[in-house]
Amino acid sequence: MKRALPIIFVIVIATVVLMFLGLTVSRGSNGTVGIASGAALPGFGASASTPDEAISNFLLDIQKRNWDRAFSTIERTSSTLTEQAFIQDWIGSSGGLRSFSSLEKYDVRPLHASDSDAEMRVRLHWTTPVGPVEDVRDFHLAKRGEKWLVVWNETPPPNVPAQVVPVTYLRWDLVSGNSGDQWGSHNVDAPHVRIVSMNAVDSAEGAIVMGEVVNEDTIPAFVNVNATLIGASGSAIDDESSFDKILHVLLPKQVSPYRIDFPHISLSKVKNVRMDVKATLVPASSDPVIGVMNQKLETDAQGRSVLQGELLNQSGETVNIPHVIASFYDNNGKVVWVSDGYVEQALLPQSSEPFAVEVPKSLAGKVHNFHVVVNQYSLQNS
Amino acid sequence: MSSSINTACKIHSAWRGSTFLLGLLCFTAMAFAQDVTLHPPSAAIAGQAAAIGTEGSGSATFYLIGPSSSMKRNVHLGREITLNAGELRQSGRYVAVVCNGRCTSAVFYVSPAKPASMIFLVHPSRAPVSQSDLISGVAIPFDEFKNLVLTPATVQFQLTAKGESPAPRGVETRDGIAWFRANSGKSAGALQVQASIKDVIARRVVQQVASDPCSLRIKGQRTSNGILIETEPVRDCSGNPVPDGTIVTFTAKNGNETSTVDAPVKQDVARARMAAKGPVVISAASGVVMGNELHLGAQE
Repeated sequence: MKRALPIIFVIVIATVVLMFLGLTVSRGSNGTVGIASGAALPGFGASASTPDEAISNFLLDIQKRNWDRAFSTIERTSSTLTEQAFIQDWIGSSGGLRSFSSLEKYDVRPLHASDSDAEMRVRLHWTTPVGPVEDVRDFHLAKRGEKWLVVWNETPPPNVPAQVVPVTYLRWDLVSGNSGDQWGSHNVDAPHVRIVSMNAVDSAEGAIVMGEVVNEDTIPAFVNVNATLIGASGSAIDDESSFDKILHVLLPKQVSPYRIDFPHISLSKVKNVRMDVKATLVPASSDPVIGVMNQKLETDAQGRSVLQGELLNQSGETVNIPHVIASFYDNNGKVVWVSDGYVEQALLPQSSEPFAVEVPKSLAGKVHNFHVVVNQYSLQNS
Repeated sequence: MSSSINTACKIHSAWRGSTFLLGLLCFTAMAFAQDVTLHPPSAAIAGQAAAIGTEGSGSATFYLIGPSSSMKRNVHLGREITLNAGELRQSGRYVAVVCNGRCTSAVFYVSPAKPASMIFLVHPSRAPVSQSDLISGVAIPFDEFKNLVLTPATVQFQLTAKGESPAPRGVETRDGIAWFRANSGKSAGALQVQASIKDVIARRVVQQVASDPCSLRIKGQRTSNGILIETEPVRDCSGNPVPDGTIVTFTAKNGNETSTVDAPVKQDVARARMAAKGPVVISAASGVVMGNELHLGAQE
């Protein structure tokens, strides 16, 4: 018995130590990708001795929303940057898409490193209500004393001054008749909407049907485009709708791209495509007017072809979740691609936000022109 | 005769809900059948009283089966069976059956009464101007009991646009329906469409709207905030201003950069503000209609 007691004591101590290590290591391993050295316990200690460790600690704090600690590990280039502005940059504000998102994981890739500074490219994977969104950011890190700090040179979010923006926009209201009215006495026809172009292509993900639709009427229309793929036997293979890849509310004479994806279906099996556009009368407003400025096709930091530009909200209403849909034309005016993307930050009145939508590399050389429309999701209107 | 008795017996049996006993009775009735004559009305009108003459004597059971109603009553043979207005509200085929040990039936038709209301469908509710055969109207007259009036009647259609004299036309109904087709007018505005049969009048309104913009022209100038572009009053080829809210897309090209603004027409003019410092080429489009190009030099 006397011999057993020290052994039990040792076992208990070892168990406690292992439990402690297990807890701390499991906390640290959550979502860290690309850590060059495994010596640190990311998320456990505030100081970091390598740039990899520093960026990992920083991103882990962001992921866990340890804002105080994350803010303490940055070096501010602007003295006006407050912790609140720093937090807003990560969690969004004004009901933007970022407000409803969370950082799922991140990949870190070093671009450059020396004894005193380092450049890291981080691919941030966000989960959002509209699906996964990927964001690529380059972080500069600098060694200060024995510590590596993230140099924070992001522009603070725009601060819209208090102002009165006179708006004399147009609005369409819908008055429906009573059920007791005589048949035919109060009929209002559905808006007249027409598909002006259609193109079906094969892609790595499957068949894609895309084109443009125009509201030819003098009233707003809620539009949805459906496509049915018909096989060689004459039977339907699949049918899909444009879902969110269309500007649903089309004002008079407005043109919208549409895109319908058929995953895992090859066009070689398709004999015919049956198109169907449905339009219903809806109340609508012509406000806000959003300008799409400085659009240009470029190659981004990851080598992808993108159409990028800025959205400029010319009205006094906040657009919480702007959604950009772009159609790309070849030199014959044919729609060769339709691409879309959500802007993560809310578009405040009289301010602008950058956007970028991807174009497949194989098509980038063929693109002669493009047309961008903006879907507006405003919380006050929903 | 035996077939009518047979039919009547079936009706009688169905009414009573007893098959065996009534079948036996009917068999007996047919075996000893004597002629009972019914004289149905030759020109009954919906909602008007009528009478069916009978021959014979004694009491009998009278059945009346109409398009959407049926009734049963005890009657005396040899007297007229009076049908009140409420019993003949639906137009169509009626079967009168009299059973007194034996059953006899007669068929008569009730015609609709005179038109008292009218369904009037006009399409479309919005019509672009200067389009041929775009507007159509269908009139369907009904009597006061909602019976479709099949008797040919002349419907007077009248289209009246603001500032234009009415254009009446008479169309006779065929199988209870009269219809017309017409061109839309030259001017935007309300088009009153009226259909009438005697004192029954139904009115509808078609909103005649401007067609696609014609010769979309823009002008612009540099301001301290950028470029202010606006269209000249946007009109269709008939000179009608396009409705407010019509979208005009302004596009400014500056080298390889493009800026676009979808601006709504307000009081005949669409305006947009764009920021561009270098020389720009500005164009406008509305729907599938393109406008002119405007070249502006660089900001000084």
